[in-house]
Amino acid sequence: MKTPPITPAGAGMQPGATMFAETRLVRRKLFSEALAKWIFFGMAAAMVVPLLCLVAYLLARAMPSLSLNFLLDPPLHNMTQGGVWPALVGTVYLVVIGLSISVPVGVMAAVYLNEYARENWFHRAITMAVINLAGVPSIVHALFGLGAFVYAARFGYSVLSAALTLAIMTMPVVITSTREALASVPHGFREACWNVGATRWQTIKAVVLPNSISGMLTGVILEVSRTAGETAPIMFTGAVFFKAVERGDLFPYHLTDQCMALSMHLYVLATQVPGVKESLPFATAVVLLGVVLLVNAALIGLRVYLRSRKRW
Amino acid sequence: MDPQPSVSPAPPRRPARPAWATCGETALEWLIRLSGVSAILFVLAIFFFVFREAAPVLLSKNFRLAEFLFSPAWYPTSVSHVRYGILALVVGTACVSGLAVLLAVPFSLGAAIFVSEFCGRRLKEVLKAVIELLAAIPSVVWGFVGLTVTSKLVQQLTGAPVGVNILNGGVILALMVVPIITSISEDALKAVPDTYREAALALGATRWQIVHRVLLPAAKNGLLAAALLGVGRAVGETMAVLMTTGHAVQIPHSILDSVRTMTANIAAELGEAPEHSEHYRVLFLTGVLLFLITFVVNLTADLVVRGIRKK
Repeated sequence: MKTPPITPAGAGMQPGATMFAETRLVRRKLFSEALAKWIFFGMAAAMVVPLLCLVAYLLARAMPSLSLNFLLDPPLHNMTQGGVWPALVGTVYLVVIGLSISVPVGVMAAVYLNEYARENWFHRAITMAVINLAGVPSIVHALFGLGAFVYAARFGYSVLSAALTLAIMTMPVVITSTREALASVPHGFREACWNVGATRWQTIKAVVLPNSISGMLTGVILEVSRTAGETAPIMFTGAVFFKAVERGDLFPYHLTDQCMALSMHLYVLATQVPGVKESLPFATAVVLLGVVLLVNAALIGLRVYLRSRKRW
Repeated sequence: MDPQPSVSPAPPRRPARPAWATCGETALEWLIRLSGVSAILFVLAIFFFVFREAAPVLLSKNFRLAEFLFSPAWYPTSVSHVRYGILALVVGTACVSGLAVLLAVPFSLGAAIFVSEFCGRRLKEVLKAVIELLAAIPSVVWGFVGLTVTSKLVQQLTGAPVGVNILNGGVILALMVVPIITSISEDALKAVPDTYREAALALGATRWQIVHRVLLPAAKNGLLAAALLGVGRAVGETMAVLMTTGHAVQIPHSILDSVRTMTANIAAELGEAPEHSEHYRVLFLTGVLLFLITFVVNLTADLVVRGIRKK
């Protein structure tokens, strides 16, 4: 919070530092202040602690299985042993294909909303639709993917259907963050460009987009982690329990094939496979969590770096 | 404002842009317009395609809308007496997400107040990063944690026969929605003008007095919207509740009973339902209902927020 330069008497943080003698009222006020502060601190801490405990516990339980071979091996012996290679590659496939669809459309939608659309009911309707798209339950997206891509468009149960479903589901992330980035470019930049005779699109290309690239990148990275973690939308559109893939094979899937995915693999190991080695689902969870958290940590680092060299 | 500068009486000669550049630009601008409208198209398409799969069952003789909404009897695969009542599932959803929101709202409000009003800049950055990381944990990982860790804790602490029940699901779901409600609440608090705080400080108010006499009333609508969006997220969550609440289609009598939610029911049964069968279509109809519920919740949240902006 921004504190004004001169701290008024009675609002100081140290009880002894007040200018006036402490009355009972002041003491009570300062006591309730301290109490409130610690209670709110406790509530904030209650959020941090579970994250640390969770990661530590999962890591501890996963230790026996974690190794390079775990990443590179396919699941073995009816999925009770082995590694996660096909699922890892499948997740990468889904993320890459999904993003290559949702990022261009999302960025263009944001450009439209911020640069072209006027403030009117239509603009509001689009904003509302974006909010709603973000709020639709993931299982409804799965039903949509099944009805639209698998059956109506006849893509069948495939990587393509699953990636399209994920793309539509995660598009609001890219739209929202790109829009914020575009809005943060000062209006004077655009006016200067218009004044030298550039058209609207030339201005966007030469001035607006380069100046908001960091915000867009934020959205893209956030979307990577979202896409990698989703399970429900791919469960019925293209992800399968098991697919035989060679160890370390980089291109095991075709667009029309079904694929494995890390999130689905974790669900299957945890609930559907009897007699699975105890540390195996934990190790899978750690790999999935590792992918998502690393991507997010990279995002936070990137944002700090870009903010430090912002030019205006 | 007009992007084109007004034409001066004697324009200097300059090379005209080639025709393909102008055409390309126009085409691109239309593509951008189309993308802009795409969000609306997607929302409509979601409703259309899900409803299209569900619609034929509305005319089926085994299906009555009143029974669908108000009967707890869910026997979709029964040979002799098929019943499609989702009341138990609706109650399950209400119990689990209600508990989750009840647990999550005080904590996220407290955390948001701490982050925006009480802590220094360094700590603020760290806490916001943690909130972001928490929000990024995939729901299937939460579900896995609920299945393997907290369900055992619940069993030990309460002596319940099964650990996967409303309490377990509610706790996991609360952990999932806390970061969402926190970050939206924090935005709402940040939106209160600094002059309000300064005025209160000038009167000698402590930060706690500022928070509870000035900020909470001023940010009331934003905070309410944050809670509503939390409700929307909790109702729509699938994988975590599928794995943590047990699989009993029943009206629960206590917080330690297992239930099944609408979302979990779709996820659990869609794989088994034969394509285009009645059962399959009823599951899609549940999807339509879920879509409508979240639509209304989001719309309400938006109206609540717009309420402040009008003032």
